[in-house]
Amino acid sequence: MLAFAIRRLLEALVVLLVVALIAFTLFRFVGDPVSQMVGQDASVEDRETIRRELGLNDPILVQFARFVGNAARFDFGISYQVKQPVVRLIAERLPATLELALAAALFAIALGIPMGVYTGIHRDSWLSKVFLTVSLVGISMPTFLIGILLIYVFSVWLNILPSFGRGEVVDLGFWRSGLLTASGLKALILPAITLGLFQTTLVTRLVRAEMLEVLRTDYIKFARARGLPERAINFGHALRNTLVPVVTVIGLQLGAIIAFAIITETVFQWPGMGLMFIQAVQSADIPVMAAYLLLVALFFIIINFIVDLIYVRIDPRIRVYRREA
Amino acid sequence: MRSDAASQIFTAPRIRAAVAATLAAVAVATGFFNGSTPTANARKTFKFAYQGNLNSLDPYTLNESFTLGTLANVAEGLIKRDEKLNIIPGLAVRWEMPEPTRWRFHLRRGVKFHDGSPFTADDVMFSAERARSAGSQLKTRFPADAKVQKIDDYTVDFVLTSPNPILISEWETWFIVSKRWSEANGATHVQPATATALSPFALKINGTGPFMLASHEPGVRTVFRPNPNYWGSTNHNLSEVVFQSVHSDATRVAGLLSGELDLIDPVPVQDIARIKASAKATVFTAAELRTIFLNMDSMREELQHSSVKGRNPFKDVRVRRAFYQAIDIEAIKAKVMRGMASPTALMISPVLFPPGQALQRWPHDIPTAKRLMAEAGYGDGFQLVMDCPNDRYVNDEEICQAVSGMLARIGVQISLNVMPKAQYFEKAGPTRKYDSSFNLLGWTPGSLDSWTILANLVICRDAAGKGGTFNFGGYCNPRIDALARRILAENNETERDRMILEAFDLLHQDAGMIPLHQQMLAWGVAKGVHVVQRADGHIRFAWLRKE
Repeated sequence: MLAFAIRRLLEALVVLLVVALIAFTLFRFVGDPVSQMVGQDASVEDRETIRRELGLNDPILVQFARFVGNAARFDFGISYQVKQPVVRLIAERLPATLELALAAALFAIALGIPMGVYTGIHRDSWLSKVFLTVSLVGISMPTFLIGILLIYVFSVWLNILPSFGRGEVVDLGFWRSGLLTASGLKALILPAITLGLFQTTLVTRLVRAEMLEVLRTDYIKFARARGLPERAINFGHALRNTLVPVVTVIGLQLGAIIAFAIITETVFQWPGMGLMFIQAVQSADIPVMAAYLLLVALFFIIINFIVDLIYVRIDPRIRVYRREA
Repeated sequence: MRSDAASQIFTAPRIRAAVAATLAAVAVATGFFNGSTPTANARKTFKFAYQGNLNSLDPYTLNESFTLGTLANVAEGLIKRDEKLNIIPGLAVRWEMPEPTRWRFHLRRGVKFHDGSPFTADDVMFSAERARSAGSQLKTRFPADAKVQKIDDYTVDFVLTSPNPILISEWETWFIVSKRWSEANGATHVQPATATALSPFALKINGTGPFMLASHEPGVRTVFRPNPNYWGSTNHNLSEVVFQSVHSDATRVAGLLSGELDLIDPVPVQDIARIKASAKATVFTAAELRTIFLNMDSMREELQHSSVKGRNPFKDVRVRRAFYQAIDIEAIKAKVMRGMASPTALMISPVLFPPGQALQRWPHDIPTAKRLMAEAGYGDGFQLVMDCPNDRYVNDEEICQAVSGMLARIGVQISLNVMPKAQYFEKAGPTRKYDSSFNLLGWTPGSLDSWTILANLVICRDAAGKGGTFNFGGYCNPRIDALARRILAENNETERDRMILEAFDLLHQDAGMIPLHQQMLAWGVAKGVHVVQRADGHIRFAWLRKE
């Protein structure tokens, strides 16, 4: 187990370095941060001074080495735009994104798994057809369109949910939570649905396909022959055996939800990291972009690691295989 | 995809009633949605949203209209400007020029900063020093060699090396900060670009203005409260002002229509009709100060991004005139801007320089344009790359597309190179040595004076950008340069206006740049909210009333 963890840690470091290097290569194409920092009247000399002070005239590799050196000490610099330390900005924005991502994932699981199981067992019922049709809509409509439609229905038209923002937040010292106030929970509903809809569809279709597969296997037929109740067969045996791929996908999708909350956060002006990132891109705020990309890479690494651990719990065969290996 | 399509789907009243009834039943049953309309009318909270962020609150770190316009509610300069942009006394009650190069300011007595410290000449001295220190983006507020002298606690002199009639024109947004507070909070220096520590000014600000900062979360929300000890009179009836960034156009409009916001800035031009048709809000429009125009590279010997080799057609005034006259400005106004633009022949808003209205645009005239091209030896036209931002000005990309289509009629085949502003200014500006042959730019003079336009956009520059830094086309006319130098030092207003008009006329005859239009400000305002819309787009809380 320890060897496994160490190997994973080394892999993680390599992944992070590669992500940082790719990011730095791309930063050459995001435009000129200095013209976004100074007023229109600033002289050419002033612009050049800032450029030099920020080290933007250095070769990319020098900039990269400096970034890695600082990052190793957990110093990601000061945002060009907000003029605050990037670590502090991310710490302020991270809770909003994580709360939104978790709410979206829970929504996807709570809706997707039952729908998948139902459509897997009752293949030809009319309700299954409705579920599958609706889920097709969820997967084919772009996120921003779903978001805007929800805003127009629930905010402008019915006037019962806020169209943007996070509502009131409670500061717990290390975490600013919107889950503890009524306005915060209300503000969470539309963005969570918007963000989770694609994943709901994915989970539904995946669970359904896996159920259809498993229900055809011999051990299910055998269980039926033994006269076990339908309920025990469907949930105790069939569903459990579908879960390995489902957990993998949900796990990786959680990373995707965090990383791709950008669009949802922009539509709902959700004050999370995605919104911060998109604004950083527009103003070529390199320190924020670099730190964000690394953090997202780190999330994927951590989630992958956790998914691996969960496999072992769900499917004992993997544990046996590991031991033999 | 635009939001108005979305709204149309949901206008069928019957469906709407059915869904509303169902949800109302759910809402009552759960008690969850009670009291959700967040307008809070009783307490007169004013909520507004802008597309961009309010970042650092240090009033010297960013010379940008929205930031300074918002901070102008909290902090004040020696002068202020009224609803029509006329200069009125601010923290200085009056001023005079004992000699042409000496300005004397008599300061307002009895004014206190929000933290209670008194306002005196020391604060003016300190603010002048801080605004000119390293890292400040307000250095252009004074000539570099101006000296500031304290005569007594309530009198300050500014001594210049040459006369400067527009010395104070940008001072409404040169805010006086408290020396005592800045020293106590470690904010004596402007946070430099390379800082590693958080500046105290990033999150708080201490001014003398009618509103005080209550809280600030950059990029999210900033809250202001009225200053109970304000020295001046105000007209508002607010207990609180909440500013929020709402980046997405459709969401901002939805926030206004749902009653969550009292004012949004800007309204996308395609949503104006819809908001005006709604029962909840309306749109206030006014000509903005910014002029949108086209630059042609008339500096290089060979036109870079084109099919022309060995020479530069833009050096020929006939080609520049042909480009100008090929553009159907009324079509751009009607189709691209949906009426929200005022075409202009002038590089400055006529609000700021009324005599300029004497200049008329070269008329849209394709036969003449074709003839001019043929005379210049380009009867068959040529190919050309046009650079254009897509997130800087109102419908900037669409304007460039329209221009490309119009120039095709005189044989000029444009390939459009559209990019976000951060990349655009890098490529077309001094950073990449003006690597652009034909481009679109917009400009508001910070000083609200024509000299700033001439000095930044029109006078000659070298290849690196010394001189008219924002003269992206490198147009150069020594006669205009000579006029600009005299305009800067001329204290006689009539003579000064005459010279300014002469300079603009020379530029016009030469078609050195192609002015297009002044875009319009468009604010979405909830019914029952009274606003004053100033041409520079600043939102002054003290002038707001909410029913």
